[in-house]
Amino acid sequence: MPELGSLVSRVRSKNAGPFWLTIDIFCGDTETFERLEPQLTTAAIAKLYDQPGQTLKRFAIPELHVLKFSMPRINIQGSRQDRDMHASQWAWLLSEMQVD
Amino acid sequence: MRTRVLIPTGAIGLGFDADALARAVAAKPDIICVDGGSTDSGPFYLGTGTSKYGRDATRAEWRALMLARAEAGVPLVVGTAGTCGTDSTVDWMAEITRELAAELGQTVKIAKLYSSQDAATVTDAWSAGEVHPLEPVIPADAGAPATLTNIVALAGVEQITAALDTGADIVIAGRTTDTATIAALPLKRGAHPGGAWHGAKIGECGALCSTNPTSGVILIDFDEDGFTVQPMAEGAKATPALVSAHMLYENSDPFILYEPGGHLDVRGARYSALTEREVRVEGSEWVPSDNYTVKLEGARLSGYQSTILVTLRERRYVQNAQAWVDRLGTFLHGEIASRMGLGPDDYALDFRLIGQNATLGALENRAGTPVEVGVLAIVTAPTQQRAAEIAKLANPFLLHYPLTDDEPQATFAFPFSPADSARGALYEFALNHVMTLDDPMQAFRLEVEEVAHA
Repeated sequence: MPELGSLVSRVRSKNAGPFWLTIDIFCGDTETFERLEPQLTTAAIAKLYDQPGQTLKRFAIPELHVLKFSMPRINIQGSRQDRDMHASQWAWLLSEMQVD
Repeated sequence: MRTRVLIPTGAIGLGFDADALARAVAAKPDIICVDGGSTDSGPFYLGTGTSKYGRDATRAEWRALMLARAEAGVPLVVGTAGTCGTDSTVDWMAEITRELAAELGQTVKIAKLYSSQDAATVTDAWSAGEVHPLEPVIPADAGAPATLTNIVALAGVEQITAALDTGADIVIAGRTTDTATIAALPLKRGAHPGGAWHGAKIGECGALCSTNPTSGVILIDFDEDGFTVQPMAEGAKATPALVSAHMLYENSDPFILYEPGGHLDVRGARYSALTEREVRVEGSEWVPSDNYTVKLEGARLSGYQSTILVTLRERRYVQNAQAWVDRLGTFLHGEIASRMGLGPDDYALDFRLIGQNATLGALENRAGTPVEVGVLAIVTAPTQQRAAEIAKLANPFLLHYPLTDDEPQATFAFPFSPADSARGALYEFALNHVMTLDDPMQAFRLEVEEVAHA
């Protein structure tokens, strides 16, 4: 099974304020978007990031071939437990996810 | 009426292309707007009321913008001055402005918009039911404001408009929303409200919505039907895909953006290529709210830290790094208890295994065999002295502690002498709330001064 990152144009993650982070997957074309969209369910992403599914926001934007996920940060930005001030490396966990 | 807004860069400190700025000034903008900060660099800046960027770098960029303003003969506005937008950073920016006005021989009227909030006033508003939590709800009550070192409210277009209405040449605003400085003048001059807010959101990161994101400079033309965006660097292009994708950036919701007084809804937006480098956007909607609310930000001191970095290269320790820090941690807690009389609530000792899972922690799902592992030991305590004492106690054990009792003494690699570093104060964000206002200026202060240098 390939890694998601090998199929798409780009995956990025970033803070959306101190309490949220957001992950954008640019699929690159309609075919890749339609291949990945059914697999990247709220439940699958919630499991990957150890999040309660009900707090995870999922956006599928076919015009941009984009899938977007937003979730409360596990640790508030800059708190003692936070490891990634800009939440920029969270993307790579998703990029390395095995997909069909 | 068209309102042309020049945005030189996503934030002061990031720099911009000087030729692109010159071209943009020659294109006769109606106003120059630039962002001076955000929460993105963490709570330290709000906690201390200081700027992330140094004074010299800020001064150099501001000098170029003050020259551009004088040439264009239009107002120059900075929002969220000095990274965090407290009163202290507004005053810092005003001081730099006065110095530069003298140096450049400029006579300018400066409006300072202050966003800092008095803790007692916020507590009163809280008790009166005018402060409401946002998702995710963090633990806080009416007693919280008194525990914070700084509180700011995010100004919107109403407060920026009040500052512009003083006739100021330069507006130095404390904390504002990312979009407010850009949207204010177009809205005042009758631009389409949805277009004004949407264009401001697209423009707030400068040329990030173009093919040359680091060039900084863009122009946005606002009118009664929407807006047109064009990047100003040589060869840079805005495309419908790049411009529409910018709504994804740093937004938890790519279609809805909450602002003081309402929200922007871009679900109906239509993006089209006007030329090969300009994009036209129409169809976004502004939805006014019943109540006028401003977002609050606050930070509190949550301790002091000392750190020690030690690297492990011996293969057995690299392979057993987690077991080593688990054993070492247990041992150190015992030593700290017996030598210093401190219990688990008196301090925290964290280890980050660089090369293993320092970035993602428990979420890390890959395991490999790194060549080496960096162990970053972080001590957090109520005073710097206690944090340093604990780090100094831990020092010889981070250097020598064995994986098992019956083996020759091990020694690891310290990159520094002294091995421990005092990191100073740790701050934490402690408000995720909005406050309802009867009058938009109720939580903000405006001061005007004139600096004359003929």
